[in-house]
Amino acid sequence: MLGQTIADGILTGAIIALGAIGVSFGLQILRFANFAHSELITWGAYLALAFVGFFGVGTPIGPVSFGWQLILAMLLAGLLTGVLAFIVDALVYRRLRNRGASSLTLVFASFGLALILRHLIILGFGPGTHAYTHELQIAIEVWRGIRILPDQIFILAAAIIVVAGLHLYLTYSRTGIAMRAMAESPALARACGVKVESVIRWTWMLSGALAAMAGIFLGLTPQLHPEMGSSLLLELFAAAILGGVGSLPGAVIGGLLVGLSENVSALAISTVYKTAMPFILLLLVLFIRPQGLFGKKS
Amino acid sequence: MIGLLSYFVFFACVVLILGIIALGLNLQWGYTGLFNAGVVGFYAIGAYTHAVLTALPKADLIGNFGLPWIVGVAGAMLACAIAAWIVALATIRLRDDYLAIATFGIATTIQLVTLNWDRLTGGSNGFSGIRRPLSDFFSTPFSFNLWYLALLSAITLLVYVALDRMLHSPWGRVLKAIREDETAAIALGKSATQFRIQAFVLGSMLMGLAGALYVSFIGFVSPFDFLPILTFQIWAMVIVGGSGNNKGVLLGALVVWGMWAGSGVAVAKLVPPAYVAQGGAIQVILIGVLLVVSLLFRPGGLIGENVTVSRSVHG
Repeated sequence: MLGQTIADGILTGAIIALGAIGVSFGLQILRFANFAHSELITWGAYLALAFVGFFGVGTPIGPVSFGWQLILAMLLAGLLTGVLAFIVDALVYRRLRNRGASSLTLVFASFGLALILRHLIILGFGPGTHAYTHELQIAIEVWRGIRILPDQIFILAAAIIVVAGLHLYLTYSRTGIAMRAMAESPALARACGVKVESVIRWTWMLSGALAAMAGIFLGLTPQLHPEMGSSLLLELFAAAILGGVGSLPGAVIGGLLVGLSENVSALAISTVYKTAMPFILLLLVLFIRPQGLFGKKS
Repeated sequence: MIGLLSYFVFFACVVLILGIIALGLNLQWGYTGLFNAGVVGFYAIGAYTHAVLTALPKADLIGNFGLPWIVGVAGAMLACAIAAWIVALATIRLRDDYLAIATFGIATTIQLVTLNWDRLTGGSNGFSGIRRPLSDFFSTPFSFNLWYLALLSAITLLVYVALDRMLHSPWGRVLKAIREDETAAIALGKSATQFRIQAFVLGSMLMGLAGALYVSFIGFVSPFDFLPILTFQIWAMVIVGGSGNNKGVLLGALVVWGMWAGSGVAVAKLVPPAYVAQGGAIQVILIGVLLVVSLLFRPGGLIGENVTVSRSVHG
């Protein structure tokens, strides 16, 4: 029973981690808490749904519930969600930045944008739930009584590949190095000739694409609804701050810890505590170690 | 005729209750520059505390102590003060958007707890039997609402005057000084952290008061009266009215709630029943666009803050 709970926690945690990476970068590189980040998750999931509606979900490959068409839809939705994040930045955040608005003005704008984006989804797709596929799946016993659906194994593998790729990108590519420089010190980065606007553009594209991945994985297990992103927002913030803002391993471990603590507390105490868990973790980390597990003290 | 009149009495009561929340938010944001992203959470804490303390005992609920009305109101404010103090203590010395995240966390968590902790909150059904002041004396709904409107007007006036006195006292001037130039205020020996925590706790207590006033008006509590959108509406009232201006904020409460209720009626009339959700979505999108646009093009709000300069400049 505990093993199963831990497996479920890791799966939830992996999805939270993908969303939390963007929130963490936003807090560190863009310097504000983006309350609209959760809506990129929802938009990613629904954009993929639109593509699935267009090409179909495909004949299932092996034990998973979908074919190559969904993978293509996933890539396109990731790209488009990145573009969406960039457009939102160009329309609203960049103007506020150029005016020298405070980070709280940006937070407030993100609040408004979250509402607009979420309700545009309700307008387009209705308030109800949707699913990519109604294919039935049989859980595989992976280890002594721990059962996982084939789709969940796919999700876990895909998440690991994406995070590893992102790690390599941040470590070795020019843009990645510039992003880390911006995260450490924007003024110093600018003085060293880093093109700030281009780094911000890449940050949005990457956060959007990762959010879309998180959204599609949420939609696969098991369905999509307009609040799918916003109901995860507190978990994303808790994971990003717990891991330490601006840190990729921090966001991943933060996400896993949030996912695990939710599932384990539901088993050990009660489901009421599950809902309060992200908030309790957030308060604990703010009181005890506000820079997070992997963050540097500022 | 009496139907229309009783609707306006009801509407005015709701506007005054929301106005008190907006005054609380204005103390936090307008005068101190603190971002509360979980206004509805404090409102709900006040409402549920009052409900649990004063409602008549019921077999399957662990709360419902049947205490007097005024105890419920005091308890609601105290509970909000404690919650606000905990998040303020955790976040105010850190980045200024961490308070936004923590207050958002309170709102999300309270919403889930009220939905799931059935033994205390009645879950999604909520519960009724909440004590309403002098409800035996004013037995018809209309006379009760009329009396309640008078009570609310008196309380709102009291809150307004008290805030006005405080903000024009040395305490209020320190708040403004911290917002305008923290370093200078600290150099003058004022603890920015302490003043911020005080203003935040006080503002949240007003939200708790409003919550208690709301449930003792309706006599019923349910999670669906405390949806996240409310935080946004209160923000709209403060921004539209002009943050840092209490009169403007009360006017903002009237304008924003009037527009919200009015557009709700319009949506219900114009949109076919099958598309009610979409109609509601358009309503929210419009208010969101209004806010983002006002942030981009008219950051001062409708009225805005009165410019204050030192007396010696005039002299």
